[in-house]
Amino acid sequence: MVSAGAKDVAVREALFEARGLSKTYVVGEVVVSALAGVDLDLFRGELVVLLGPSGSGKSTLLNILGGLDVPTHGRVRFLHHDLTNAGEEILTRFRREHVGFVFQFYNLIPSLTARENVALVTEIAARSMPPDEALGLVGLADRLDHFPAQLSGGEQQRVAIARAVAKRPDVLLCDEPTGALDCETGKRVLEVLSRANQELGTTTAVITHNAAIAGMADRVIRMRSGSITGIQVNEQRVHPAELEW
Amino acid sequence: MVMRPLDRKLVRDLFHLRGQVVAIALVVACGVATVVTTRTAYESLVSARADYYARYRFADVFAHLERAPDVLRARIAEIPGVAAVETRVVADVTLDVPGLSEPAAGRLLSLPDGADPRLNAVHLRGGRPLDASRRDEVLVSEAFAQANHLRVGDAIGAVLNGRWERLRIVGIALSPEYIYEIRPADLFPDPRRFGVLWMSRAALGPAFDLDGAFNDVSLALVPEANQEEVIARVDRLLERHGGLGAYGRDEQVSARFIEDEIAQNRVTGTVLPAIFLGVAAFLLHIVLSRLVSTQREQIAVLKAFGYPKRTVALHYLLLAMTAVAIGALLGIGLGLWLGSLVNGVYREFYRFPRFPYEPGAAAVAIAVGVSALAAALGALSAVLRVLDLPPAEAMRPEPPARFRAGWIERAGLLRRLATPGRMVARNLSRRPVRAGLSVLGLALAVAILILARFFSDAIQTLSDVQFRSAQREDVAVSFHRPLSSHARFELAALPGVLSSETYRAVPARIRFEHHSRRVAVMGLHAQPSLRRIVGRDGRPVSLPADGAVLTSHLARLLHVEPGDVVTLEVLEGRRPALTVRVTTLADELLGLNVYLEDRALARLLEEEGSVSGAFLRVDAAASDALHQRLKRMPAVAGVGNRLAALASFEATLARNLGVMNGILVAFSCVIAAAMVYNSARIALSERSRELASLRVLGFSQREVTQMLLGEQAMLLVLALPLGFWIGHGLAKLLADAYAWELFRMPLVVTPRTYAYASLIAVLAALGSGALVRHRLRGLDLVASLKSRD
Repeated sequence: MVSAGAKDVAVREALFEARGLSKTYVVGEVVVSALAGVDLDLFRGELVVLLGPSGSGKSTLLNILGGLDVPTHGRVRFLHHDLTNAGEEILTRFRREHVGFVFQFYNLIPSLTARENVALVTEIAARSMPPDEALGLVGLADRLDHFPAQLSGGEQQRVAIARAVAKRPDVLLCDEPTGALDCETGKRVLEVLSRANQELGTTTAVITHNAAIAGMADRVIRMRSGSITGIQVNEQRVHPAELEW
Repeated sequence: MVMRPLDRKLVRDLFHLRGQVVAIALVVACGVATVVTTRTAYESLVSARADYYARYRFADVFAHLERAPDVLRARIAEIPGVAAVETRVVADVTLDVPGLSEPAAGRLLSLPDGADPRLNAVHLRGGRPLDASRRDEVLVSEAFAQANHLRVGDAIGAVLNGRWERLRIVGIALSPEYIYEIRPADLFPDPRRFGVLWMSRAALGPAFDLDGAFNDVSLALVPEANQEEVIARVDRLLERHGGLGAYGRDEQVSARFIEDEIAQNRVTGTVLPAIFLGVAAFLLHIVLSRLVSTQREQIAVLKAFGYPKRTVALHYLLLAMTAVAIGALLGIGLGLWLGSLVNGVYREFYRFPRFPYEPGAAAVAIAVGVSALAAALGALSAVLRVLDLPPAEAMRPEPPARFRAGWIERAGLLRRLATPGRMVARNLSRRPVRAGLSVLGLALAVAILILARFFSDAIQTLSDVQFRSAQREDVAVSFHRPLSSHARFELAALPGVLSSETYRAVPARIRFEHHSRRVAVMGLHAQPSLRRIVGRDGRPVSLPADGAVLTSHLARLLHVEPGDVVTLEVLEGRRPALTVRVTTLADELLGLNVYLEDRALARLLEEEGSVSGAFLRVDAAASDALHQRLKRMPAVAGVGNRLAALASFEATLARNLGVMNGILVAFSCVIAAAMVYNSARIALSERSRELASLRVLGFSQREVTQMLLGEQAMLLVLALPLGFWIGHGLAKLLADAYAWELFRMPLVVTPRTYAYASLIAVLAALGSGALVRHRLRGLDLVASLKSRD
């Protein structure tokens, strides 16, 4: 019981603590409110799906958590570091040491091979895994020396995931990782994400507007118009292969 | 007026691309400015010269002789092709100028009494014409008067045919014969120590025992005359009168210098603009190509809405034309201003009665035409792509960048590079043509910088070789006529003379097969220590006991090689024709010379050691006393001062090269900066998504900047050696083009010059790198990631 309680506390350790986050943009002469007072905790080791239509503020939230953007109001903490008022340099170091990103359009460097795209990150990270191992993890051990233009979309996204997990980040932030892929390819990518989450214990947040993906998460956070409208805890995570859309 | 939407797009695109538009405009401005500067400067020079030559009746053929009776004038006038003849008395004298311790050299020319000369008329700048009844009146040349602060009413001393006389200045004058007022055999004018003076024939004739006789003749020819034929006939007529050989304007020192200046201007005015406008065309090409690929969809929409291909293509052509037009306007303004500066420098060297800076419309028209051509060339490929783009295809985004392992890769050259290094290498090898052209552009900037410094290097070498290695005397003295070798002892007894070395100089015409040239044959000591023959490498050439040493350039002109036997037709005394074997060529930078050992020359001339002058080493403390004596020695025709010549040489140089150097350095900085800025700017726009990704992955601002600018640095590193090579090649081109009879430009590019060119190029690159870094800071990470390129 004591051990179980300890495990429970360990699992429930909050990696991120966001309180009263709001973000307003000025686009031309229009003021757009992208986030309106969001409170959220992300716990170590969990896989979270942020679900919402476009314009719901999920990308803004992810960008703030990932240190790409700062909130207009509210506070955000990562472990014991306050990111709210961090400067450019601290945010860069934060991204470098703790965060892995996966984007809808992969954002690979076209002039580098798969292995080199991963090495690009492992070279600047402290406790990374060898690029070959990371690419093995995503099932691309035989495509190491291919350039992005020689890979399919799904393969490119898996390279992007390998690149993100290779440095053993504390958190993996994925913005519509399957948005540009067909269903079957998308499921392979999600499988890789799920495996990375389970085998490496990396906290993972996946943004999507595809409700079908929600089943693979520990928790599903629904958003609309810059606010969280509900949080659903899945007792049982569905294997990505069994998802259907 | 309401603007059409396409025009409005044009204005906005121009504004959006302002950095690059400015860079292109500046490069065009430099090219146009060089065209306008050089063309207007030389057109003004050509028109001032033509006007001066015509109005003041500048002669076509000149001849100096010992003495001929006035009646010979009529015989000369009868030669077919001769339009007018003027005879006169000319004498080289030593002058005592108030305020100048050393003697100055003067050239005295007679003017007809009470009449205008038929040829080579003088222009009176101030004072009044000569009064033939007064024997002591002179007109002095303007440059000499100004340099020595001489005014009308002042007096100067002169030794006329052995008698010391006081000459009163009654007027300041100019002559078409002395637009470039230089002592024969000098390299640069030294108006303080050389001047031209005019006296009436009535005064000068008797002073030199030439009453009713003349020793100099000038001829004007009818337009269809055969100059060579006339010269041959004049030479035959003057042979019995000690003729020194007639020559045309091409050998007249002043005319020659102006002609060379114009030729040099033509070369510079072609090579430099070609480089600048070529670079401008290239920059336009890459900017427009990039613009067309980012605006594919807009082009498609325009075509889909029914805009004709032509209109859309014209739109992009107009963009190029506008950038170039801005540059052309700027360049015309800049060129006119620089042209007036160059004209100002010309005024110091070339003395005309009227030398206005009158830029012609032709120069401007040429500049505009050439720059429009550059714009069209630069826009060509982009415009063709616009024409070819089918609307449906253009709607789709451009396919992603393809990378493959290139030959560098396969050779395993990249294996050792860190990942950012590989990115740089691959980006460059992916577009080898563009990278190559960027490298070429930067290399051209480096080459121009080398060219700018090459002039100084070459002249410095010339001055070192001439004034430090070859000439080692303090004072050179020349005599009116050959003296016996005893003169040496008299010279040695003068105050302050430490050692002396005599020489024999004989005017002659050297002939080999059908080639000939007028030269002075120099007889020097077998082991000279004060005046040596020195090649362009700075090493002395030793004199053979038998046979002659020829300046290489003279040998080239005569098609002579070592071992050939040449004829020396001596133009004084008994006028013997000597045959001599050429044993050695000396690659001298100055003049066209023939050297023999003095004893060998004496043997050939069958004389007993006559001397024409001497080189002296002098104790500086006693030089004033020595000068005082030399000024009044009747036998002395001229006194040269090595250090004074060196000082005037360097002062002239600083003025002359200063302007040109400044222009070249500024212009090449523009090219270097424009090339780096543009190529970094394009790289930034093409790869903003990639750079944003890197920032997101945790690369710092500085690391990303390094990756982007690393590519530019790589281009620069490749460009430097190429620039050195091209710069050296251009320097060689100019050194070859500047191989004149008077002097040759040595091909010297020092390590300092290479270092200097590299430094300036790197500074220009750093400057434009800073501009790009500023842009990179403004990169919107989130927005760059969202877009699909």
